[in-house]
Amino acid sequence: MKENQDTLDLTTPSEYKYGFVTDIDTDAIPKGLSEDVIRLISSKKNEPEWMLEWRLKAYQYWLKLEEPEWANLHYPKINYQDIIYYAAPKPKKQLNSLDEVDPELLSTFEKLGISLSEQKRLTGVAVDVVMDSVSVATSFKEQLSEIGVIFCSISEAIQLHPELVKKYMGSVVPMTDNYFSALNSAVFTDGSFCYIPKGVRCPMELSTYFRINTENTGQFERTLIIAEDESYVSYLEGCTAPMRDENQLHAAVVELVAMEKSEIKYSTVQNWYPGDKEGKGGIYNFVTKRGICKGNHSKISWTQVETGSAITWKYPSVILKGDHSIGEFYSVAFTNNYQQADTGTKMIHLGKNTRSRIVAKGISAGHSQNSYRGLVRASKQAVNARNYSQCDSLLLGDKCGAHTFPYIEVKNKTAIIEHEATTSKIGEDQLFYCRQRGIDPEAAVALIVNGFAKEVMNQLPMEFAIEAQKLLAISMEGSVG
Amino acid sequence: MDLTNFKEEWKYTNISSVLEKAYVTAPSEVSAEDLNAFRMPGHHKANELVFVNGRYAPALSQVLSSENELVILPLKEAMNGFFRDLVSSHLNKSADYIKDGVHALNGEYMQEGMFIYVPKGLKPQHPIYMYHVLDGRQAPVMAQPRNLIYADERSRLQLTETYATLGTSDSFCNEVLEIIVAQDAYVEYYKLQNDVAHASQVNTTHISQIGRSYVHTVVISLGGGIVRNNMNLVLDAANNEAHMYGLYLLKGKTHVDNHTLIDNKQPGCFSNQLYKGIADDSSTGVFNGRIMVQPDAQKTNAYQSNKNILLSDNATINAKPQLEIFADDVKCSHGCTVGQLDEEALFYLRARGIPREKAEVLLLQAYAADIVAQIKPMTVRAYVERLILEHLSVG
Repeated sequence: MKENQDTLDLTTPSEYKYGFVTDIDTDAIPKGLSEDVIRLISSKKNEPEWMLEWRLKAYQYWLKLEEPEWANLHYPKINYQDIIYYAAPKPKKQLNSLDEVDPELLSTFEKLGISLSEQKRLTGVAVDVVMDSVSVATSFKEQLSEIGVIFCSISEAIQLHPELVKKYMGSVVPMTDNYFSALNSAVFTDGSFCYIPKGVRCPMELSTYFRINTENTGQFERTLIIAEDESYVSYLEGCTAPMRDENQLHAAVVELVAMEKSEIKYSTVQNWYPGDKEGKGGIYNFVTKRGICKGNHSKISWTQVETGSAITWKYPSVILKGDHSIGEFYSVAFTNNYQQADTGTKMIHLGKNTRSRIVAKGISAGHSQNSYRGLVRASKQAVNARNYSQCDSLLLGDKCGAHTFPYIEVKNKTAIIEHEATTSKIGEDQLFYCRQRGIDPEAAVALIVNGFAKEVMNQLPMEFAIEAQKLLAISMEGSVG
Repeated sequence: MDLTNFKEEWKYTNISSVLEKAYVTAPSEVSAEDLNAFRMPGHHKANELVFVNGRYAPALSQVLSSENELVILPLKEAMNGFFRDLVSSHLNKSADYIKDGVHALNGEYMQEGMFIYVPKGLKPQHPIYMYHVLDGRQAPVMAQPRNLIYADERSRLQLTETYATLGTSDSFCNEVLEIIVAQDAYVEYYKLQNDVAHASQVNTTHISQIGRSYVHTVVISLGGGIVRNNMNLVLDAANNEAHMYGLYLLKGKTHVDNHTLIDNKQPGCFSNQLYKGIADDSSTGVFNGRIMVQPDAQKTNAYQSNKNILLSDNATINAKPQLEIFADDVKCSHGCTVGQLDEEALFYLRARGIPREKAEVLLLQAYAADIVAQIKPMTVRAYVERLILEHLSVG
């Protein structure tokens, strides 16, 4: 027992491997939040009047709200006046190819092992790079536009496709939804916009790599994905951030709209700076993600691998409005050192014969706290609603915590809802089995954790699955991986 | 005053309509005949403790056990007499767990409660039946029963508690019962709720196992208006064992909220929990089951299961099982389901000539049997079986 604990102590306290600051000039505005700052952001982005009005309305609403405290999270109060709400990398001219991208930036991605050029050449993935808050390079755009897929930054979409943005932005996550979504609506600086026209199956995985770069910059992304009838899109989102001392706030909003017989698959690998071994620093991640299955037979699937951030507050949800629609949520949340994660999902069954499936795996190590919080609601009209939820927690070490807070609300007599959760540590017998076969304890722990998370990892697209597995190993281990 | 501050704890139960009313709390005259209708089978062999509008009524009660076997004292007396230290160190520990105004309100009436003591190594020959009678024949009535039970080392205690409202006026019973279980003691606790639709309750049963001991509880809820059952089990010694069972069969507009907590504070404890519910008509069933495992409580085994059947589209089931775990060497699990009767099983019975209504009752009875079988005294179990059959067959 003692020996195994030592092994865990050895393997779990890993340092953040992606800690470096890219030296690029940024065009940032002073700290603080006021109406003037919002006007400034809006004018810097050359936004139309309606967008500014929308932002100001959200800001006025945000002022009336109080920061939520219900989550199982403990952190010092955020000073919203101590945040820079806008920062853009300096070389801001339009780019057509990667050659025009700042070489410093390219080398950053190379260090991360996700070299853009390599990605482009080998995998055929279109990458919309978000460096701090402005998209600086968009690849494969022409190829996509041939089949009518719009994939651009949200700022561009506001300029070029105002009718779509006006129609859908805030339709899934209203600005009044919660404290952080209201804040995001007021100050969002960038994000991605994706539109898949009727009957189109997007030929490649769309992906965005986020990277927070300017010191003290909060990132407020706004992502909107619309899949028209009978279309399909798989979207990847992945992030790493450089090491620093001060806490950073990230409050993104992601909205998905799935029309009849369409499918959206949204995958996230999140690896922002989690703070050091003493729990100093790290990103605060307060995200509102929600999708609506608007049409009949539509499907939305969320997959997430969360290994980073000091604080994670994230509940990717699906509103199952269309009949026969399907919602899925697959999650692995790994917390180490002093990280805190309060994450889960909401499945709101409104349509007939709707189905949802939740698989959440939490792994806690060090002094971290890992919570699953989820809601499954079957409304009165949701005839034959079906849900299956499974939440498993694995504890590595005796100073961490694992918590489960599922909410189940059923108002329909034909609904079948199942929820199960387990919490345990790695079995002595499993470790013994591995060691008996000559696998050293460190590798055995990694092997078992990997197996524990496999059900979720399998849901990730190929390119991501490898990276995610690597990430999990790195987060967990000091030397291996 | 907002009596249900801590909103998360009251998320699925709104008792403001109950709290807003004006109630009388005065003592009233209840005769033995009034009580007879509610007496449970086996009462001639039981210690019957009757509380009228929250106050102990010695004239209606019958204590068969000798004073050496069972001590029954007003709390006020116990606080100053021989049991002073015992009472002062254990009274009102439930307030550490329930911090809302409803619980505090009961605290105002603490002086009027009773203290029940089972001495070391003794098993009172007769079980205890506790009746809470609320007299609503004149005006809406409120009762605040407050009792403390101490089962000393190696003792055995079997307690069944039930509730009854007289007359047609609304009643509100806000009860706090604290049970302390010492080393090697064995406690069985049964709660039967089959009151009328205008009778509402907030019920706190707080059991502390301060020595290695065994506790077995069953809560059966068949009727009432808005019923909230706070059931706390604090496992405050190593290697404790606890079993918690619950059954709620709801009809009409009855709202039953079972709010359970198992706090594992010491290593090596075992707990098993099974709550089953059926909601028909416009009723609401709530299950909030919380399992806490404190950092010292290594080797904890805690299991929880909650199963529900919805029989009507106007009925609601809200379930919130929670695991909060701060120790690593534990095995904890919870499961929760909401569904309906198996069509195939119904078909099987109907194919054998059993009409649908009867087949449904049969299946529901079988579903409830898991819990009813956990009632150990045969007289009480047979009584509950009869109540359930009546309950399921009507309408």
